[in-house]
Amino acid sequence: MDNFLQQLINGLTLGSIYGLIAIGYTMVYGIIGMINFAHGDVFMLSAFIALLIFLVLSQVVGVASLPVAFVIVLIGGMVLTSVWNWTIERIAYRPLRGSFRLAPLISAIGMSTFLSNFVQVVQGPRNKPVPPMFTNFINVGGASHQIVLQYRQIVIMVVTGILLVGFWWLVQKTALGRAQRACEQDSKMASLMGIDVDRTISITFVIGASLAAVAGTLYMMYYGVVNFADGFLPGVKAFTAAVLGGIGSLPGAVLGGLTIGLIEVFWAAYFSSDYKDVAAFSILAITLIFMPSGLLGRPEIEKV
Amino acid sequence: MTAVAMTTETVGVSARLKDAAAAAVLVVLLCMPIVFLHADADMDGVLHPIPRPWPVAILAFLAFFGRLAALNFAEGRKQERVVKSTEAVGWRATIAKRLPGVGLAALFLYPLLLLLILGSGRSLKWVDSYGIQILIYVMLGWGLNIVVGLAGLLDLGYVAFYAVGAYSYALLATTFGLSFWICLPLAGVLAALWGVMLGFPVLRLRGDYLAIVTLAFGEIIRTILVNWVAFTGGGAGIASIPKITFFGLRFADTPSSFDKFFHMDYSPLHGKMFLYYVILCLALITNLVSIRLRRLPIGRAWEALREDEIACRSLGVNTTNTKLTAFALGAFFAGLAGSFFAVRQGFISPESFTFNESATILAIVVLGGMGSQIGVALAAVFLIGGFEMLRELDFLRAVMSDGTGVIVICVGVFIFGVVRQRRLAAQIALALIVALLALRVFQLLPPTLVAPFGMPGFDPAQYRGLLFGLAMVVMMVVRPRGFVSTRSPSIFLKERKAVSGDLVKEGHG
Repeated sequence: MDNFLQQLINGLTLGSIYGLIAIGYTMVYGIIGMINFAHGDVFMLSAFIALLIFLVLSQVVGVASLPVAFVIVLIGGMVLTSVWNWTIERIAYRPLRGSFRLAPLISAIGMSTFLSNFVQVVQGPRNKPVPPMFTNFINVGGASHQIVLQYRQIVIMVVTGILLVGFWWLVQKTALGRAQRACEQDSKMASLMGIDVDRTISITFVIGASLAAVAGTLYMMYYGVVNFADGFLPGVKAFTAAVLGGIGSLPGAVLGGLTIGLIEVFWAAYFSSDYKDVAAFSILAITLIFMPSGLLGRPEIEKV
Repeated sequence: MTAVAMTTETVGVSARLKDAAAAAVLVVLLCMPIVFLHADADMDGVLHPIPRPWPVAILAFLAFFGRLAALNFAEGRKQERVVKSTEAVGWRATIAKRLPGVGLAALFLYPLLLLLILGSGRSLKWVDSYGIQILIYVMLGWGLNIVVGLAGLLDLGYVAFYAVGAYSYALLATTFGLSFWICLPLAGVLAALWGVMLGFPVLRLRGDYLAIVTLAFGEIIRTILVNWVAFTGGGAGIASIPKITFFGLRFADTPSSFDKFFHMDYSPLHGKMFLYYVILCLALITNLVSIRLRRLPIGRAWEALREDEIACRSLGVNTTNTKLTAFALGAFFAGLAGSFFAVRQGFISPESFTFNESATILAIVVLGGMGSQIGVALAAVFLIGGFEMLRELDFLRAVMSDGTGVIVICVGVFIFGVVRQRRLAAQIALALIVALLALRVFQLLPPTLVAPFGMPGFDPAQYRGLLFGLAMVVMMVVRPRGFVSTRSPSIFLKERKAVSGDLVKEGHG
């Protein structure tokens, strides 16, 4: 039981990170129907940006308070990663709007290769170790049970929670979110209603990138190491999460992320950590066979 | 920024300059932490941010002039567009008609010509890392083309079947001592079997769901290869896989070898040339099978399925079986290519079967123009050949180290400006040449300021992946429909008219 609760905490932490990345995938897919393969590498890039900002703050500027530094890193990372994703969309995807379906996919795969190699060239191929942050922990199991809740896990869950509420408000309650949802349903009709579709798509990429930047910062803080190749696997897992939750569905992305995180952690804890990826992907395949449109996705209606 | 280039009225010089300046500012913003600061580890492994202003300056400089050149080019195109005649179409048709024949002859003569021109020592590399390497990808591209281009199923895990083929041969040969020629069809059949096994449950999924499940299968197979150490050798892979034989004769420096049997001196080139012809034949078989299958009912069903699945089902086509055959056949050819890869390398490990390989093969198929056999071959030559070519750019290291590279580029721009009458480009290039030469000749500035124009640690091999990714994006943006953007229809009423690629709906699960 102790182990179970402990793994539950670990799984929810990992799942929060996957969920944040998955939202970027699912939003882009919902609005332009494209698998944004470069999203995982944008996440990796954001982790590097966060690392560099953190180094500057702690060594050059000399910010002593860790929470203050963390908030600045978070905001700086969100802004700069958004600029990156905005530019990527402008260069690699916008010219291909209205082209056939696989063209932006290949462009995104090329962009993903470019980004990981770019980071490798400018920051070197070695792992970048980060000084440990929020190392304290509390024992939530009481005296008789050993269930550790680390401060950084609390930080991850709290930050994710706040962001999801903010994000939900943005999508549900603001004019921007309404425009975004309208474009998702029918972009041609939305443009007839006076919505600037190109601008809305740009904003979608910006929002996706800022959530990925938060995930990147949290990932860097949680694992304490970043590497140029770190984008691929979390990216694929997050995309898996988005598909599992029903691609195009925002609550589905979060649910899928948590599910994938839990499956991975429990499999590693109870069976074998070597095959944790196999477990996550197999669950995906099995779920899709029985629920072809994911957990929360709307079934596609075929019109002839 | 793109919107400016697309408007029909002419854009003034000042607007273009402003646009280019905006591009430069954007690049500076993008570079801000990631290029400007380098996280350097000291002796204790603690990271310190080291500022590097010059790369940012160079990138901003490149962005400014690149953007300016692009805008000027677009401006020039606008004025020339009226003059363009239809002459080019006839010229293109001739090339398209002759290319398959000429290309085939060139492929068969390629190693022999190399031998004549370069001699046996130097042509080894060209046969091996260009000829054989490219042909493997041509074969894989043609194999995947059956799945993606003909049947319209987006497969992101194609490399899994390639791995199955490679490991089939490696394991059968090292454990049971079977020869390559027995294992080759076996590897194909095993890969096809895996294709059916994996395909059966998932093929009723639509488009992108299928894509992610195939990607997942690719990763599952790779994870198993890494972790099942007892069976596959794990991450260390399988070494000393038996080499290829010619009717039992080995290509080695031994008394009973191929070379001795035919009374020749031993040369490693013989084995490579044999391998070259083997993979050429395998690739051509793949091509022939897919061309012929297109005319059979099953091929027609594939193409019909790609165009409209619902119509297909209404007309009584068994969509599951049709998809499954495409999937299995594609897997079969990947299996053949995989076992060839194993016999050529003599060593395999899971490293060779990552998602990157799947992505590269898919890029070859899409860049070539899906469904077009010759286009896929051309794309493989450009992508893989270009990627290999980047290894050869060692001379660039010497050129770039002291700023000569920048001068050479400026001279190129200057000549281009004069020839194409781009006065602004020519003037800027000339100014830069004069400035740089002045800096070098008179040493007006201390070396630390001149240094950024040279890149002492420049290693072109480092930039291979970066350029590869960039090339994929650029090629896709420039030609979204691929190199060959017309299709010749499989069925026609009276005459075979070329169809624009835009009318073909590919990759729609």
